[in-house]
Amino acid sequence: MVKSEATKEEKEFILKKVPQQKPFRFIEEIKELTEEHIVSQYRYKDDEYFYEGHFPGNPVTPGVIMIETMAQAGLVALGIYLLMKDDKLDDSIMLFSDSEVEFSNMVKPGELITVRAEKIFYRRKKLKAKVELRKENGEVAAAGVMSGILQ
Amino acid sequence: MEDKEIFDKIVGIIGPFAKNKENVANVSDGSNILKDFEVNSSRLVDIILALEDEFDIEISDEEAEKIETIGDAVNLIKEKV
Repeated sequence: MVKSEATKEEKEFILKKVPQQKPFRFIEEIKELTEEHIVSQYRYKDDEYFYEGHFPGNPVTPGVIMIETMAQAGLVALGIYLLMKDDKLDDSIMLFSDSEVEFSNMVKPGELITVRAEKIFYRRKKLKAKVELRKENGEVAAAGVMSGILQ
Repeated sequence: MEDKEIFDKIVGIIGPFAKNKENVANVSDGSNILKDFEVNSSRLVDIILALEDEFDIEISDEEAEKIETIGDAVNLIKEKV
């Protein structure tokens, strides 16, 4: 079944509902959203707090931050939309439960990255998705499968 | 399908998700999936889906809620296959 695209208002609402905030907020815009997938973008700022130590004089986006970026879109934002569609939106929080992610390219400060997540299943409050994070030049930087559970 | 066959298949599915391999080696009907095998509740969803695939059955969320032990899972699956 083809699922319809979320409205602009729904996307804006979801961005407001994502609980992670600066300096731990890595979703800026939702480009595409259905009950089956999400595409989001974020530009890592030159002055993100983690670049100072990772690494001094050679800033590289940490893998854990890329995983967090993927989870904020593919689990948190998509999860909020699925709850909305079920009329079950409440104060539940999506907690990261498991993942298997591979890294293939570095992401430098200032890059606009795109996350694409495809739902594998959403059952018993668990959302599992296939997620990839692409660099500004289109190359894959990280890809894998991750899950979250609503608590 | 014999109870023993169902039991062995269930243990085979749960095994890779279990963190306590010693308790898996000493599994019984009374083994508690979450506590004895140290499986987290998120992985339990993966296990339920794997059981559905293995036995070609559907397990509702309500039925899944009631599965605590290996014996519970054997009894539920026995009713459905």
